Amino acid sequence: MTDELAEIRRAAHRELADHIDALAGDHVSRIAISGDELSLEVPKDGLVPLLMFLRDDGACLFKMLVDICGVDWPEREKRFDVVYNLLSLRHNLRVRIKVAVEEEGSVPSVVDVFSAAGWFERETYDMFGVRFDGNPDLRRLLTDYGFDGHPLRKDFPLTGFVEVRYDDTQKRVVYEPVRLTQEFRVFDNLSPWQGPELLRVRESLPGDEQAERKG
Amino acid sequence: MAEIREENFTINFGPQHPAAHGVLRLILEMSGEVIDRADPHIGLLHRGTEKLIEYKTYLQALPYFDRLDYVSPMNQEHAFALAVEKLLGIEAPRRAQFIRVMFAELTRVLNHILNLTSYAMDVGAMTPILWGFEVRELGMELYEAVSGARLHAAYFRPGGVAVDLPAGLTERIAQWCNDVETFIVDMERMLTGNRIFRQRTVDIGVISAEEALDWGFTGPCLRASGVPWDLRKAQPYDVYAELDFDIPVGKNGDCFDRYLVRVEEMRQSVRLMRQCLQKLPEGPVKVDNHKISPPPRAEMKQSMEALIHHFKLFTEGYHVPAGETYTAVEAPKGEFAVYLIADGTNRPYRCHIRAPGFAHLQAMNKLSCGHMLADVTAIIGSLDIVFGEIDR
Repeated sequence: MTDELAEIRRAAHRELADHIDALAGDHVSRIAISGDELSLEVPKDGLVPLLMFLRDDGACLFKMLVDICGVDWPEREKRFDVVYNLLSLRHNLRVRIKVAVEEEGSVPSVVDVFSAAGWFERETYDMFGVRFDGNPDLRRLLTDYGFDGHPLRKDFPLTGFVEVRYDDTQKRVVYEPVRLTQEFRVFDNLSPWQGPELLRVRESLPGDEQAERKG
Repeated sequence: MAEIREENFTINFGPQHPAAHGVLRLILEMSGEVIDRADPHIGLLHRGTEKLIEYKTYLQALPYFDRLDYVSPMNQEHAFALAVEKLLGIEAPRRAQFIRVMFAELTRVLNHILNLTSYAMDVGAMTPILWGFEVRELGMELYEAVSGARLHAAYFRPGGVAVDLPAGLTERIAQWCNDVETFIVDMERMLTGNRIFRQRTVDIGVISAEEALDWGFTGPCLRASGVPWDLRKAQPYDVYAELDFDIPVGKNGDCFDRYLVRVEEMRQSVRLMRQCLQKLPEGPVKVDNHKISPPPRAEMKQSMEALIHHFKLFTEGYHVPAGETYTAVEAPKGEFAVYLIADGTNRPYRCHIRAPGFAHLQAMNKLSCGHMLADVTAIIGSLDIVFGEIDR
């Protein structure tokens, strides 16, 4: 049952990908269909015209911007991906649009295309520090007033930098540097007898070569 | 006589206010009793769930989903379980799928009971919440029976559910379905035709279908504006495609229609639960792959293999092949989705959570402009706001 549905969706995505490629191909740098999901990679200046096309074109009609989020890839030259998820109720399709942006760079805001973008852009700015040109209200959204840093960046520590507590003598909340009573430990458990530095660095674990030698 | 000048003034609604349904700080610019601008300040319940998940294995990440929207925990586990299953390329066994759908619908009823009754209290009706919580408590006992916890169940797992239903639970669920139906009748008798309730909700916070789409509304809030869209029908997951249910749709997109849509959804959920009970097949409740789901406890005492699997699963966890997915479910509040990026290790590289309430609350300014101060509580109540999921 699910396979059938996935197959139908895949066919619809292929059709849609060809359609987008033919009519708005110059705004898109890469079209990828992985599994039953369609995703487009778009350069910065192609974003707004592409979203307008996707929203208004008869074969697309992606009337709803469901979500915007950021992804941090510190090793890439363009460090952040801003990911837009659109939904077409008419054709029952989803599409994902990715825009790569460098650390100091900015992305054009899409508030004029979809009203829903406002808070999602604010959240992405707050969490990653990606600026959105043209967003009328680019304040921080989720973090504290006067917060410093962008917590979802990979180089931001999980513990953060400051902690708050209520000080009874001063009768107010005070900010202090984080002090942990126990050292912060990361258990990646990638291999139960190895330390955490292996994570995402080594592709094979010590001892794996023995298995290869056998064969 | 001195000239009387009216000036705009600002009201700070919350962060601690019973009608804010949590920690919402709403800055209201008023001209007299009328709202000029509403600026919600959120994030007071921000716990960094997405960041924490990046430091956990896939299985350890699951309980965080209970703590997002803490009145509909299982629906959110559902989204995460489906996303991980999709990346792993596995499918839960049929019995597990039926159990998941049944409990997802049970959760929807629990969520709507809480929302509708507290919404009624916000606009002045005290009784529904007292009646509703009795039924809701009975429903949470079913949660407890199946997972050991009333709220934070951690029951749905990638690859199925944690344990099978205990003996006799199906009869209790069937009985509870009857209780809910009685409660819905009682509640409707008190609210639907009630003059005060109607005066407080009809034509308040109207949003048209086009605007609702533009603002990213989903779930009952979108359907109340007359858009027949439900992911359970449009993009069915688990066994929803085999079950028979209707999608209630509103006409005017006001607070009252949002109430009506939710009431009817509760009836449909009960209908779905009954079908699940009826069709519930026998069989396993998790995938038969001990690289993903733990072996039975008894087997561990005998088999070295099973012991190793258990140890590896609960220390290292399983490795999910690199890939990404945006998987959405129809949570009681709307489209709840997980955007999961796996990099081939045992922990998610990125897990973004799309909360329906986030988009709804964003439209607060649009909905409440030009209304009176007292209507703000009606609008917040009708949007079904829970800060666990909005602030994440």
